[in-house]
Amino acid sequence: MTAKRLKDYGKVNQDKILSFTWENKKYFGYKGDSLAASLLANNINIIGRSFKYHRPRGIMSAGVEESGALVTIGKNEYTDPNVRATSQELYEGLIASGQNAFPNVNFDLGYINNYLSRFFAAGFYYKTFMGLPPFEWGKGTKIWMIYEKLIRKAAGMGKASKMPDPDKYEHANEFCDVLIIGSGPSGIAAAVEAANNNLDVILVEQDHVIGGNLLSNSNFDFEEKKYFLQKAGIKVMTRTTAFGLYDNCVAGMIERVNDHFFLPKNNTPRQRFWTIRSKHIILSTGSLERHIAFNNNDIPGVMTVNAARHYLNRYGVLAGEKIIICTNNDSVFETSILLSKAGAKVKVFDIREKIDENTIKKLNTNNVEIEFNKAPLNIQGNKKVESIDIGIKVGNKYKKVNEEECDLVLISGGWSPVIHLLSHRGIKPKWDKENLCFLPSQSSEPITVAGSAAGIWNNDDCEASGIASGLKAANEIGIKTSDYFFPKQGGWKNPIFPLFEIKSNRSRSKSFIDFQHDVTSDDIRLAHREGFVSVEHLKRYTTLGMANDQGKMGNIIGLSIMADLLQKEISEVGTTVFRPPYTPISIGALAGRNVNKHFRPLRVTPLHDWNLENGAKMIETGLYQRPWYYPKNNEKLADAYIREASSVRKTVGLCDVTSLGKISIQGPDSTIFLNKVYSNAFAKLPINKARYGIMLRDDGLVMDDGTSWRLSENEYFMTTSTAHAAKVMLWLEELLQTRWQNLKVHVTSVSEEWAAVSIAGPKSRDTLSLCVEDPNLISNDNLPFMGLTQTKLNNGIPCRIARISFSGELAFEIYTPSDFAYNMMNILWESAKKFDGCLYGLEALGALRIEKGHVTGAELDGRVTIEDVELGKMASDKKSYIGSAMQKRGVLADKDRETLVGIFPRNKSQTFDAGTIICKKNEIKGYGIGRITSVTYSPGLGHWIGLGFIKGGYTEWKNTIVVGADPVRNKEIDLEIVSPHMFDPKGERLHG
Amino acid sequence: MNKKPKKYSVFSLIKNAFSYHENWQPAWDSPEPKKEYEAIIIGGGGHGLTTAYYLAKNHNIKNIAVIEKGWIGGGNTGRNTTIIRSNYLWDQSAALYEHALKLWEGMSQELNYNVMFSQRGVMNVAHTLHDVRELKRRWHANRLNDIDCEWLNTQQVKKFCPVINTSQNIRYPVLGATLQRRAGTARHDAVAWGYARGANAMGVDIIQNCEVTNINIKEGNVTGIETTKGLIKSKKIGVVAAGHSSVIANMVGIRLPLESRPLQALVSEPVKPIIDTVVMSNTIHAYVSQSDKGELVIGAGTDGYTSYTQRGGFNIVEDTITAVVELFPLFSRMKMLRHWGGIVDICPDASPIVSKTHINGLYFNCGWGTGGFKATPGSGWVFAHTIANDEPHALNAPFNINRFSSGELVDEHGAAAVAH
Repeated sequence: MTAKRLKDYGKVNQDKILSFTWENKKYFGYKGDSLAASLLANNINIIGRSFKYHRPRGIMSAGVEESGALVTIGKNEYTDPNVRATSQELYEGLIASGQNAFPNVNFDLGYINNYLSRFFAAGFYYKTFMGLPPFEWGKGTKIWMIYEKLIRKAAGMGKASKMPDPDKYEHANEFCDVLIIGSGPSGIAAAVEAANNNLDVILVEQDHVIGGNLLSNSNFDFEEKKYFLQKAGIKVMTRTTAFGLYDNCVAGMIERVNDHFFLPKNNTPRQRFWTIRSKHIILSTGSLERHIAFNNNDIPGVMTVNAARHYLNRYGVLAGEKIIICTNNDSVFETSILLSKAGAKVKVFDIREKIDENTIKKLNTNNVEIEFNKAPLNIQGNKKVESIDIGIKVGNKYKKVNEEECDLVLISGGWSPVIHLLSHRGIKPKWDKENLCFLPSQSSEPITVAGSAAGIWNNDDCEASGIASGLKAANEIGIKTSDYFFPKQGGWKNPIFPLFEIKSNRSRSKSFIDFQHDVTSDDIRLAHREGFVSVEHLKRYTTLGMANDQGKMGNIIGLSIMADLLQKEISEVGTTVFRPPYTPISIGALAGRNVNKHFRPLRVTPLHDWNLENGAKMIETGLYQRPWYYPKNNEKLADAYIREASSVRKTVGLCDVTSLGKISIQGPDSTIFLNKVYSNAFAKLPINKARYGIMLRDDGLVMDDGTSWRLSENEYFMTTSTAHAAKVMLWLEELLQTRWQNLKVHVTSVSEEWAAVSIAGPKSRDTLSLCVEDPNLISNDNLPFMGLTQTKLNNGIPCRIARISFSGELAFEIYTPSDFAYNMMNILWESAKKFDGCLYGLEALGALRIEKGHVTGAELDGRVTIEDVELGKMASDKKSYIGSAMQKRGVLADKDRETLVGIFPRNKSQTFDAGTIICKKNEIKGYGIGRITSVTYSPGLGHWIGLGFIKGGYTEWKNTIVVGADPVRNKEIDLEIVSPHMFDPKGERLHG
Repeated sequence: MNKKPKKYSVFSLIKNAFSYHENWQPAWDSPEPKKEYEAIIIGGGGHGLTTAYYLAKNHNIKNIAVIEKGWIGGGNTGRNTTIIRSNYLWDQSAALYEHALKLWEGMSQELNYNVMFSQRGVMNVAHTLHDVRELKRRWHANRLNDIDCEWLNTQQVKKFCPVINTSQNIRYPVLGATLQRRAGTARHDAVAWGYARGANAMGVDIIQNCEVTNINIKEGNVTGIETTKGLIKSKKIGVVAAGHSSVIANMVGIRLPLESRPLQALVSEPVKPIIDTVVMSNTIHAYVSQSDKGELVIGAGTDGYTSYTQRGGFNIVEDTITAVVELFPLFSRMKMLRHWGGIVDICPDASPIVSKTHINGLYFNCGWGTGGFKATPGSGWVFAHTIANDEPHALNAPFNINRFSSGELVDEHGAAAVAH
């Protein structure tokens, strides 16, 4: 192939020279070039190597369908493997190299596979590598694992960087009336028509300039056209690929903001992921020219006819001097004349018997020779095209009649509309025999297909279909317009002739269908022979259409060969479903800014800063940051929490419990509602009283526990566990909306509105008394256990105080509106310090509650019943509530279920871990008889203790030593089973 | 009808290469259905094909038809992320999945079909103290069940999988992981094809493009099925229709406790080897491995709603991708090549149903949820036993359909990386 740049051709800026590096050598191109155009102009033939046989691959197209010229762009952490040279814009300093080759694409040792290709037929790997050759001796997977290592090394295409991606990405949203995808003749016409009807229009184009196939016309000025569209009020988005269509007219798009620069500019993201919601989508996505399968049709120097036209008229590159064009349709004639006028010697071989005289005359006057009834048979040449054998049909095979010397072979096997996006919507295309392509079927959604994507071939008709689409969209949106008519499909003077594969008389040939994956027509025949005849089996067995181009180039040829073998129509064979994305998209763009610290939202309480200022070490619970412990003088966790827990037992402690879920329940039926939701009685809870409650799921297992406070006749304040706050809220909403619509109740999440602090310990009342307006209100008489009051702090801050204890001590929970949190905590802490109090974190909170046998998420893991956690007495048997029917079924009522117990080490100096399995003394196997869920050092008891579950519970095991098995650490220790109420079992401390 | 297929080997490959591969036989036949079979399996996915295979092999029932609405292996068998492991919490599940894993280990040789079971290990990563506690509990239980497992600390995680981000300064730092070395991945399509070939060789009829329209019952006994290819009689019918099991069950008035939901997955473009193991994370909902072809295979979660569309919400894909990028910041620069969905059938306890029903001769094997692929051989093995003997095998007895009324659930929530 001898390509050259022509001065008077193309739309690239030939005054603006850019330098780039290909395979470590410096070259030059022009602004506006694609990398492929520059490589072509520099006469670089071999761009890549194929997947399996490592055959040389050149440039085969001028667009996103490319499956030959895949390259690696960039270096180190900026490495981008598998980039299509045909759609990569050239920029100053671009670094590109070939891939899947050693040492390089020009001379690749892997080419040895090509000589062994006879053994590497489709699916050969299913038949071997199981054991030692030749008869696959052996057992197990060991031998395969050795083969696999080698196979994996050979497979893959480019090399990904092993360094983190340094670039940023972002997400954006946009809305419009009409979204038009593709800016070719029909897209532009549709956009203008829709905009003229006062619609808000977005026109997206994957290329960096608009025009689509118009760019292959010498007289098209994309800048002028873009200016015109923008003046009409149309938002034009270039470098933006609509990669997928989703429910409700949602389009996913990737905008390549900075891929045409060496590094992103001005802190802008590398790429932007757009979600666009519109009322109507027009798909003017164009169509792709097909290749034809024949022997050695993959040699560098073979491309589609339309590609050569793009290189000429868009980039000013004449791709060859002696050009052979092989076709089965009319679309090539204009191009052949253009190429001839540009100085090439052009000869056309048309498989058809005849075409109209006018065309022939026109070709002849432009020095284009044409011969009929002839097809390409074989390409001679190894690393580049040297000549082509031309054949005529004899029987059902072709026989060589002449050999033409040439440096470029252009193929047109017909055109395939780009219907991928419609396929994402589950719309199956239908095969059109007349135009030999899949055409879009009607969609029930507001989606219209225009232009050559709808099988309309000539430019004027494409524009007409664009106009009709614009009007149709306007009409469907509700704007009265003039009548509109869609032009008929097709539009060639002479009918296309079905030609997908040329079978020669040569005994064996390599006719490629999928150029990247090296799928040949013989592979299709093998798949058929072995029964892999459904399109999906064909695809999976041969890997046809699974390469980077996802079958854009070869699928139809493969289907036609299979149809032929099955003696069926292509329509009966069907097609595989195209999956999004239309072209591969960066994973980073989909992640956007939700990376690193922003991966998930971080929730902090209004006391967060206060906690940090007072030395808290934080821990994550769910999305929340909570104080874990407050180290004094560089204390370690173990020392700090024991000190904190001891202080609570001795004097008083303050703990930020804001992360608890809080729900306001209002309405005249609130009492009825709560009584149905909780398993224990709520019907008669007096005003100014709180109650601990347990909710079950429908299946009778425990969902969550918490307290509910009756603030007035019709208002309750519910608290939930931190972990289940959202779940409980959704659950209450669901119940009200689906089951009990008659109840007059509103539930509102007020988790963010209230800050909460727990004040626990013998000195808690004293501490609080110094802080409230009227200490009398919190006296033992006025605020008994589970009492509540709504009052003010002594500086006027409104608050709610309830006498609730999680630690087993005399304790209060105090709530203020979040904005006052900081202030409230200051007052409380000043007061607590007077009583030698402490701040305590989650670890001490855990220690205190474990000592008391109080359960949390570690115990309530969705697998336990209310009886299992020893709270069965709470469950009412006088009322019906969620879960009441199911909780007694079958084994849920078994006496032998795993039940909550306290756990001591027999040797009190020993420790053990949560997650340990409990086994019978001499039966250490299987799941065992129970498990340890929570473990702490108990300051109150002076040794390690745990909570856990064991079959039959405390009464069954109280006098038996069991074993805690921790096989991961090879540890077994003897355990005593005790009542879960390990500290202050009578609950005397609760009352201060 | 017994025919011995030609053995696959390097030898046969070379031999056939010389005749240009023109003498290979179909991997399985495509017969028209007979009027009657001893047993019919509805559903030609992995589980259905293995059921037929083991019925023929272990129970000497050869007159079997596998009825498939589309093409074999076209459902979840061909859509999953191919992870195989047996590190389940409860004894019942551990036993069943471990049985399956043992069958996987010998599968390629047994079938003489390379299913490419790659025992590259599965790592379950812990990100919070709660994860650590739960994973350790599971792994204690595994070890006590003689299922291999190891605990890796953060440094060991990094060593085993160098591309994972073990910085402690991220939202969900890696605190450790469990590792089952015998676990891994396989070539999913090959499993369906290999069992189809094996079953067919023993005389099983594989009937594709045949949809079941009704199940005939007489006096509490099944008598046959009506299909788009006509009436086919049989006294034993096993239904293995995954997400569509509920549809079949409806035909006979059985209501299965299943929710069918879209589950999505995606692959990247192929690159040279970059990750040599399988990494799963429950907390951030991601699992990823690299196929032999070089694509990253990434599993997403289920949609929040029930649906039979084989596509899910894109937000789920986004969520998964952010999770994957969190663990592997270098994947950010790679490209997604394809994303798709399948329909999974999920039981309330996230464990399967492999069971008899109150109708004589009608059996169901469903509810495998998001994790059925790994069980494929074991599932067929026990289901074949159940059908042949009209009694469950000890391994699948706990997965009886009655457990939903008795409450004897095998709650494996938390077993998979995705939220059920």
